[in-house]
Amino acid sequence: MENNNSHSQNSHSYGIYILVWLALIALTTVTVTVSGMDLRSLTVTVALVIASIKAYLVLIIFMHLRSEAKTFKVFVLVALLFLLVSFILLFADYSFQ
Amino acid sequence: MSINTQAPAEVHIHRDDIGARMGMWLFVFTELILFGGMFIIYSVYRYAHPADFHLAATELNTIIGTFNTIILLTSSLTMALSITAIQNNNRSLSLLFQFLTILLALFFMVNKYFEWMAKINHGLFPGSDELLSKSAGEILFFGLYYVMTGLHGVHVLIGMVLIAVMYRFTSRGIITHDNYVKLENTGLYWHLVDIIWIFLFPLFYLIT
Repeated sequence: MENNNSHSQNSHSYGIYILVWLALIALTTVTVTVSGMDLRSLTVTVALVIASIKAYLVLIIFMHLRSEAKTFKVFVLVALLFLLVSFILLFADYSFQ
Repeated sequence: MSINTQAPAEVHIHRDDIGARMGMWLFVFTELILFGGMFIIYSVYRYAHPADFHLAATELNTIIGTFNTIILLTSSLTMALSITAIQNNNRSLSLLFQFLTILLALFFMVNKYFEWMAKINHGLFPGSDELLSKSAGEILFFGLYYVMTGLHGVHVLIGMVLIAVMYRFTSRGIITHDNYVKLENTGLYWHLVDIIWIFLFPLFYLIT
Protein backbone atom coordinates (compact mmCIF):
# COMPACT_ATOMS: atom_id res chain seq x y z
CA MET A 1 0.00 0.00 0.00
CA GLU A 2 2.81 2.39 -0.70
CA ASN A 3 2.15 5.71 -2.26
CA ASN A 4 3.45 5.87 -5.77
CA ASN A 5 3.42 8.72 -8.22
CA SER A 6 -0.07 8.06 -9.54
CA HIS A 7 -1.58 8.60 -6.09
CA SER A 8 -0.27 12.10 -5.73
CA GLN A 9 -0.97 14.13 -2.64
CA ASN A 10 -2.21 17.61 -2.07
CA SER A 11 -1.12 18.39 1.41
CA HIS A 12 -1.27 21.68 3.19
CA SER A 13 -0.62 22.29 6.86
CA TYR A 14 -3.35 23.34 9.26
CA GLY A 15 -1.76 26.78 9.60
CA ILE A 16 -2.18 27.94 6.01
CA TYR A 17 -5.90 27.07 6.07
CA ILE A 18 -6.43 29.09 9.23
CA LEU A 19 -4.53 32.03 7.70
CA VAL A 20 -6.67 31.89 4.56
CA TRP A 21 -9.82 31.67 6.68
CA LEU A 22 -8.73 34.78 8.62
CA ALA A 23 -8.11 36.57 5.32
CA LEU A 24 -11.57 35.54 4.06
CA ILE A 25 -13.25 36.82 7.23
CA ALA A 26 -11.26 40.07 7.01
CA LEU A 27 -12.29 40.55 3.37
CA THR A 28 -15.93 39.91 4.32
CA THR A 29 -15.66 42.64 6.96
CA VAL A 30 -14.12 44.99 4.38
CA THR A 31 -16.81 44.32 1.78
CA VAL A 32 -19.62 44.87 4.33
CA THR A 33 -18.00 48.10 5.57
CA VAL A 34 -17.40 49.43 2.06
CA SER A 35 -21.01 48.70 1.06
CA GLY A 36 -22.09 51.07 3.85
CA MET A 37 -20.14 53.93 2.26
CA ASP A 38 -21.43 55.94 -0.63
CA LEU A 39 -19.10 55.14 -3.51
CA ARG A 40 -21.73 55.44 -6.25
CA SER A 41 -20.79 53.45 -9.32
CA LEU A 42 -17.67 52.07 -7.64
CA THR A 43 -19.70 50.06 -5.12
CA VAL A 44 -20.37 47.13 -7.46
CA THR A 45 -16.80 47.10 -8.74
CA VAL A 46 -15.32 47.04 -5.24
CA ALA A 47 -17.75 44.28 -4.16
CA LEU A 48 -16.89 42.15 -7.18
CA VAL A 49 -13.13 42.68 -6.82
CA ILE A 50 -13.26 41.60 -3.17
CA ALA A 51 -15.47 38.60 -4.03
CA SER A 52 -12.99 37.61 -6.76
CA ILE A 53 -10.05 37.78 -4.34
CA LYS A 54 -11.99 35.58 -1.90
CA ALA A 55 -12.89 33.09 -4.65
CA TYR A 56 -9.24 33.04 -5.77
CA LEU A 57 -8.07 32.20 -2.23
CA VAL A 58 -10.63 29.39 -1.95
CA LEU A 59 -9.64 27.99 -5.37
CA ILE A 60 -5.89 28.13 -4.79
CA ILE A 61 -5.66 26.99 -1.16
CA PHE A 62 -8.89 25.27 -0.09
CA MET A 63 -9.39 23.53 -3.44
CA HIS A 64 -5.67 22.67 -3.63
CA LEU A 65 -5.23 24.21 -7.06
CA ARG A 66 -1.83 25.53 -6.02
CA SER A 67 -0.40 22.03 -5.74
CA GLU A 68 -2.31 20.44 -8.62
CA ALA A 69 -0.76 19.63 -11.96
CA LYS A 70 -0.69 22.32 -14.63
CA THR A 71 -3.54 20.62 -16.52
CA PHE A 72 -5.94 21.46 -13.69
CA LYS A 73 -4.93 25.10 -13.68
CA VAL A 74 -5.37 25.36 -17.46
CA PHE A 75 -8.79 23.67 -17.21
CA VAL A 76 -10.01 26.09 -14.54
CA LEU A 77 -8.66 29.05 -16.48
CA VAL A 78 -10.44 27.94 -19.67
CA ALA A 79 -13.72 27.41 -17.76
CA LEU A 80 -13.49 30.89 -16.20
CA LEU A 81 -12.58 32.45 -19.54
CA PHE A 82 -15.60 30.77 -21.12
CA LEU A 83 -17.82 32.35 -18.48
CA LEU A 84 -16.17 35.74 -18.96
CA VAL A 85 -16.62 35.55 -22.74
CA SER A 86 -20.31 34.67 -22.21
CA PHE A 87 -20.72 37.80 -20.09
CA ILE A 88 -18.85 40.04 -22.53
CA LEU A 89 -20.67 38.78 -25.61
CA LEU A 90 -24.04 39.05 -23.92
CA PHE A 91 -23.43 42.60 -22.75
CA ALA A 92 -21.97 43.58 -26.11
CA ASP A 93 -25.21 42.38 -27.68
CA TYR A 94 -27.52 43.79 -25.01
CA SER A 95 -26.01 47.28 -24.75
CA PHE A 96 -26.29 48.00 -28.46
CA GLN A 97 -29.83 46.80 -29.03
CA MET B 1 -10.22 -15.26 -24.21
CA SER B 2 -8.92 -13.39 -21.29
CA ILE B 3 -5.30 -13.20 -20.39
CA ASN B 4 -4.25 -12.48 -16.89
CA THR B 5 -1.83 -9.58 -17.19
CA GLN B 6 -1.59 -8.91 -13.52
CA ALA B 7 1.84 -9.39 -12.08
CA PRO B 8 1.58 -12.13 -9.49
CA ALA B 9 4.35 -11.01 -7.19
CA GLU B 10 3.36 -7.38 -6.60
CA VAL B 11 -0.23 -6.33 -6.06
CA HIS B 12 -0.81 -2.90 -7.50
CA ILE B 13 -3.76 -0.99 -6.10
CA HIS B 14 -5.56 0.08 -9.23
CA ARG B 15 -6.52 3.61 -8.50
CA ASP B 16 -6.35 6.96 -10.26
CA ASP B 17 -6.71 9.81 -7.81
CA ILE B 18 -5.75 12.45 -10.34
CA GLY B 19 -8.41 11.15 -12.71
CA ALA B 20 -10.97 11.15 -9.89
CA ARG B 21 -10.16 14.75 -9.02
CA MET B 22 -10.23 15.75 -12.67
CA GLY B 23 -13.69 14.21 -12.97
CA MET B 24 -14.84 16.23 -9.97
CA TRP B 25 -13.41 19.43 -11.44
CA LEU B 26 -15.31 18.79 -14.68
CA PHE B 27 -18.49 18.49 -12.63
CA VAL B 28 -17.57 21.71 -10.84
CA PHE B 29 -17.36 23.42 -14.26
CA THR B 30 -20.92 22.33 -15.12
CA GLU B 31 -22.02 23.89 -11.84
CA LEU B 32 -20.12 27.03 -12.77
CA ILE B 33 -22.10 27.24 -16.02
CA LEU B 34 -25.38 26.56 -14.19
CA PHE B 35 -24.85 29.37 -11.69
CA GLY B 36 -22.96 31.49 -14.23
CA GLY B 37 -26.06 31.54 -16.42
CA MET B 38 -28.08 32.81 -13.47
CA PHE B 39 -25.51 35.48 -12.70
CA ILE B 40 -25.78 36.59 -16.33
CA ILE B 41 -29.57 36.89 -15.99
CA TYR B 42 -29.07 38.79 -12.74
CA SER B 43 -26.60 41.24 -14.26
CA VAL B 44 -28.79 41.98 -17.29
CA TYR B 45 -31.89 42.64 -15.18
CA ARG B 46 -29.91 44.70 -12.71
CA TYR B 47 -28.51 46.72 -15.59
CA ALA B 48 -32.06 47.25 -16.86
CA HIS B 49 -33.59 48.12 -13.45
CA PRO B 50 -30.81 49.54 -11.23
CA ALA B 51 -33.05 51.65 -8.97
CA ASP B 52 -35.59 48.86 -8.39
CA PHE B 53 -32.82 46.42 -7.47
CA HIS B 54 -31.44 48.84 -4.89
CA LEU B 55 -34.88 49.42 -3.44
CA ALA B 56 -35.70 45.69 -3.30
CA ALA B 57 -32.33 44.85 -1.69
CA THR B 58 -33.15 47.10 1.29
CA GLU B 59 -35.70 44.42 2.25
CA LEU B 60 -32.88 41.89 2.78
CA ASN B 61 -31.24 41.52 6.16
CA THR B 62 -27.54 42.36 5.77
CA ILE B 63 -26.72 41.10 9.28
CA ILE B 64 -28.17 37.65 8.69
CA GLY B 65 -26.42 37.58 5.30
CA THR B 66 -23.05 38.49 6.84
CA PHE B 67 -23.57 35.93 9.58
CA ASN B 68 -24.31 33.21 7.01
CA THR B 69 -21.21 34.22 5.01
CA ILE B 70 -19.02 33.76 8.07
CA ILE B 71 -20.69 30.40 8.85
CA LEU B 72 -20.11 29.12 5.32
CA LEU B 73 -16.48 30.35 5.18
CA THR B 74 -15.83 28.63 8.50
CA SER B 75 -17.41 25.41 7.23
CA SER B 76 -15.03 25.56 4.27
CA LEU B 77 -12.15 25.83 6.73
CA THR B 78 -13.29 22.79 8.74
CA MET B 79 -13.73 20.83 5.49
CA ALA B 80 -10.16 21.64 4.40
CA LEU B 81 -8.84 20.83 7.88
CA SER B 82 -10.58 17.43 7.87
CA ILE B 83 -8.52 16.49 4.77
CA THR B 84 -5.26 17.56 6.41
CA ALA B 85 -6.25 15.55 9.50
CA ILE B 86 -6.85 12.36 7.50
CA GLN B 87 -3.56 12.94 5.62
CA ASN B 88 -1.85 13.03 9.02
CA ASN B 89 -3.61 9.74 9.86
CA ASN B 90 -5.63 11.43 12.58
CA ARG B 91 -9.00 9.83 11.99
CA SER B 92 -10.83 11.15 15.05
CA LEU B 93 -9.77 14.74 14.33
CA SER B 94 -10.89 14.36 10.71
CA LEU B 95 -14.26 13.03 11.90
CA LEU B 96 -14.59 15.97 14.29
CA PHE B 97 -13.94 18.47 11.49
CA GLN B 98 -16.40 16.70 9.18
CA PHE B 99 -19.01 16.78 11.93
CA LEU B 100 -18.38 20.51 12.49
CA THR B 101 -18.78 21.11 8.75
CA ILE B 102 -22.20 19.43 8.75
CA LEU B 103 -23.18 21.35 11.89
CA LEU B 104 -22.18 24.70 10.33
CA ALA B 105 -24.09 23.80 7.15
CA LEU B 106 -27.11 23.09 9.34
CA PHE B 107 -26.74 26.51 11.04
CA PHE B 108 -26.61 28.08 7.58
CA MET B 109 -29.84 26.35 6.55
CA VAL B 110 -31.60 27.28 9.82
CA ASN B 111 -30.67 30.94 9.25
CA LYS B 112 -31.86 30.65 5.66
CA TYR B 113 -35.16 29.22 6.91
CA PHE B 114 -35.75 32.14 9.27
CA GLU B 115 -34.69 34.60 6.60
CA TRP B 116 -37.07 33.16 4.01
CA MET B 117 -39.91 32.83 6.52
CA ALA B 118 -39.52 36.52 7.48
CA LYS B 119 -39.84 37.45 3.80
CA ILE B 120 -42.81 35.16 3.26
CA ASN B 121 -44.56 36.50 6.38
CA HIS B 122 -44.13 40.00 4.96
CA GLY B 123 -45.94 38.75 1.87
CA LEU B 124 -42.80 38.78 -0.24
CA PHE B 125 -42.84 35.53 -2.18
CA PRO B 126 -43.22 34.78 -5.89
CA GLY B 127 -46.77 35.39 -7.07
CA SER B 128 -47.95 37.13 -3.86
CA ASP B 129 -50.26 40.15 -4.12
CA GLU B 130 -47.77 42.21 -2.13
CA LEU B 131 -44.94 41.45 -4.54
CA LEU B 132 -47.04 41.78 -7.70
CA SER B 133 -48.06 45.29 -6.63
CA LYS B 134 -44.39 46.34 -6.78
CA SER B 135 -42.40 47.47 -9.82
CA ALA B 136 -41.13 45.05 -12.46
CA GLY B 137 -37.52 45.34 -11.26
CA GLU B 138 -38.43 44.47 -7.68
CA ILE B 139 -40.44 41.44 -8.83
CA LEU B 140 -37.40 40.31 -10.84
CA PHE B 141 -35.07 40.88 -7.90
CA PHE B 142 -37.13 38.73 -5.57
CA GLY B 143 -37.65 36.08 -8.27
CA LEU B 144 -33.87 35.84 -8.71
CA TYR B 145 -33.33 35.99 -4.95
CA TYR B 146 -35.56 32.98 -4.36
CA VAL B 147 -34.25 30.97 -7.32
CA MET B 148 -30.54 31.64 -6.75
CA THR B 149 -30.39 31.39 -2.96
CA GLY B 150 -32.85 28.49 -3.20
CA LEU B 151 -30.70 26.56 -5.66
CA HIS B 152 -27.68 27.37 -3.53
CA GLY B 153 -29.58 26.07 -0.49
CA VAL B 154 -30.29 22.81 -2.33
CA HIS B 155 -26.54 22.53 -2.95
CA VAL B 156 -25.88 23.04 0.76
CA LEU B 157 -28.35 20.23 1.57
CA ILE B 158 -26.70 17.90 -0.98
CA GLY B 159 -23.31 18.83 0.49
CA MET B 160 -24.52 17.94 3.99
CA VAL B 161 -25.64 14.50 2.78
CA LEU B 162 -22.32 13.97 0.96
CA ILE B 163 -20.25 14.93 4.01
CA ALA B 164 -22.43 12.66 6.17
CA VAL B 165 -21.64 9.76 3.78
CA MET B 166 -17.93 10.67 3.98
CA TYR B 167 -18.22 10.67 7.77
CA ARG B 168 -19.50 7.11 7.60
CA PHE B 169 -16.76 6.12 5.13
CA THR B 170 -14.11 7.62 7.39
CA SER B 171 -15.41 5.93 10.52
CA ARG B 172 -15.61 2.57 8.73
CA GLY B 173 -12.07 2.86 7.39
CA ILE B 174 -13.00 3.22 3.70
CA ILE B 175 -11.41 6.68 3.72
CA THR B 176 -7.90 6.34 5.13
CA HIS B 177 -4.71 8.37 5.31
CA ASP B 178 -3.52 6.98 1.96
CA ASN B 179 -6.90 6.78 0.23
CA TYR B 180 -8.95 9.92 0.79
CA VAL B 181 -9.82 11.12 -2.71
CA LYS B 182 -13.55 10.73 -1.93
CA LEU B 183 -13.18 13.20 0.92
CA GLU B 184 -11.10 15.52 -1.29
CA ASN B 185 -13.78 15.51 -3.99
CA THR B 186 -16.50 16.20 -1.44
CA GLY B 187 -14.29 19.09 -0.32
CA LEU B 188 -14.11 20.40 -3.90
CA TYR B 189 -17.91 20.36 -4.06
CA TRP B 190 -18.22 22.07 -0.68
CA HIS B 191 -15.77 24.83 -1.59
CA LEU B 192 -17.67 25.40 -4.83
CA VAL B 193 -20.83 25.96 -2.76
CA ASP B 194 -18.78 28.44 -0.74
CA ILE B 195 -17.51 30.29 -3.83
CA ILE B 196 -21.06 30.65 -5.20
CA TRP B 197 -22.14 32.18 -1.90
CA ILE B 198 -19.13 34.53 -1.97
CA PHE B 199 -20.67 36.08 -5.10
CA LEU B 200 -24.35 35.79 -4.09
CA PHE B 201 -23.74 37.65 -0.83
CA PRO B 202 -22.56 41.04 -2.17
CA LEU B 203 -24.89 40.91 -5.18
CA PHE B 204 -28.04 40.43 -3.12
CA TYR B 205 -27.31 41.74 0.36
CA LEU B 206 -24.84 44.58 -0.17
CA ILE B 207 -26.33 46.73 -2.95
CA THR B 208 -28.38 49.05 -0.78
